[in-house]
Amino acid sequence: MKDLIEIRWHGRGGQGAKTASLLLADAAFNTGKYIQGFPEYGPERMGAPMTAYNRISTTPIRVHSNVYNPDYVVVVDDTLLSAVDVTAGLKEDGAIIINTTKGIEEIKPLLKGYKGSVYTIDARKISEEALGKYFPNTPMLAAIVKVTEIMPDADFVEDMKGSFKHKFSKKPEVIDGNMKAIEIALKEVKKVQ
Amino acid sequence: MSIRERLSGNEATAIAMKQINPDVVAAFPITPSTEIPQYFSTYVDNGEVDTEFVAVESEHSAMSACIGAEAAGARAMTATSANGLEYMWEMVQIASSMRLPIVMALVNRAISGPLNIHSDHSDAMAVRDSGWIMLFSETNQEAYDNMIMAHRIAEHKDVNLPLMVCQDGFITSHSIENIELFEDEEVKKFIGTYKPEHYLLNRKNPISMGPMDLQAYLFEHKRQQWEAMKNAKKVILDVSEEFEKLTGRKYELFEEYKMEDAEYVIVCMNSTAGTVKNVIDRLRTEGVKAGLIKIRVFRPFPGEEIAKTLLHAKAVAILDKTPILNLTGGPLFEDITSAMYTSNVTVPTINYSYGIGGRDVTEMQIESVYRDLQTLKNNENPYRFLGLKTK
Repeated sequence: MKDLIEIRWHGRGGQGAKTASLLLADAAFNTGKYIQGFPEYGPERMGAPMTAYNRISTTPIRVHSNVYNPDYVVVVDDTLLSAVDVTAGLKEDGAIIINTTKGIEEIKPLLKGYKGSVYTIDARKISEEALGKYFPNTPMLAAIVKVTEIMPDADFVEDMKGSFKHKFSKKPEVIDGNMKAIEIALKEVKKVQ
Repeated sequence: MSIRERLSGNEATAIAMKQINPDVVAAFPITPSTEIPQYFSTYVDNGEVDTEFVAVESEHSAMSACIGAEAAGARAMTATSANGLEYMWEMVQIASSMRLPIVMALVNRAISGPLNIHSDHSDAMAVRDSGWIMLFSETNQEAYDNMIMAHRIAEHKDVNLPLMVCQDGFITSHSIENIELFEDEEVKKFIGTYKPEHYLLNRKNPISMGPMDLQAYLFEHKRQQWEAMKNAKKVILDVSEEFEKLTGRKYELFEEYKMEDAEYVIVCMNSTAGTVKNVIDRLRTEGVKAGLIKIRVFRPFPGEEIAKTLLHAKAVAILDKTPILNLTGGPLFEDITSAMYTSNVTVPTINYSYGIGGRDVTEMQIESVYRDLQTLKNNENPYRFLGLKTK
């Protein structure tokens, strides 16, 4: 991992991108890193495009602005590809990770000539299989951890067990499903460019 | 032993309040400070504190309840933002004139209107001469540390003034960052028990508080408030020194970053300071002698001390995170230039209004300020806007 990585999340209100960014911050924190996790709050509405950010660093983080040149972009909903400039400022040595069933030839025209790495994952299929419901954020969280290599898969899985136990203390029945979603997502995220 | 954690600024403030365990918390929710009383009410519900939580129907009542509690001899706290603070305004003045060391968390947000929930300092600036001590915080850590120090300062016998701890709404209040926390016992020991000299529930010495005060003595009482504010400077430094011995974290009236040989200086408050530090480090590698003064203690204002540090600067930019509608400069600019004038410090100084209503403050914006300073000619238009859309 580089000394500082910056991540931008694009999702729609209600899909859990904010929660995913906070869980990613948690996971990185547990590896001893300095972290920031923050959403860009607007008028919060279900379905409206929203953005969240992470910084993960080996040294204390002082900057308090949004991320303009991310190393990684996570797109939680592929309908955003045509609505939002998701590759704006994205570093060419970085990567974009998209929740989609589409192939690269379909996505490519929407990425405005982005030359860096492109990963895809079918978070809907994984979530529905593991949880019986569509919560794309857990598979996307696993995907970004896999691609950024901020921690080994096994450590991440172990860490999330703890996080979910805490987060879902009032509905423990969803913990196993979320853990399953993570395990599948770690295997299924694939590089398509 | 300190505890390594990751928390948002609001969580950190709520935890500080839990560790302080005040007698009374009275609050009414308003974004972005809502989470503070929300988390705190959970601690009340779980029995983690034995605080009397008063869920009032307005901020005016929140401050009134704090005044009543504090006058009775209790430790009272509240939290608010923007219009909530404006709605308390009348009682804010009464709290300080009754010399009640109430402590408030102010999560800075733009005052309406038009309606905006995001950060700027217009709320704090509207109460800047209300007789409250005002501490500003760059990070969640500073918001927490200032809160831990707050009662020791406010309740000191030479001070007896209310105190507010400010932090930027959303930017720090809702951002998760690393933080070092105290053990509960350490906070208890550091803060101690509140033993007011005069209070209403003291049967041995019955007194009246907040009576009418006409021509004969109001002036003298205002002078006493002035003395208390003056005394606060030393008390803040003493408490901060004691705090540093415990934590290694140094706090003064203001922080100087790379000021030893700085030629071009930015003065600002709260979260922007971190972004400025990043830009300074980059400019320094290019040979630009850039520096920062970050105000921690805004009231009492350390004007003389700041003026002294600016003596050898070539140019100074003062960043006011508030709309400036008076055509004479923002509050920070007015305070600093007035202190420079009375201290015979003559350095070209310009003023920027910036970050209004949550407009993101970028490293590029800050860098442009240092570039402006390097080419500044004396008496050039001092009133400027940073990050304003012009098209």
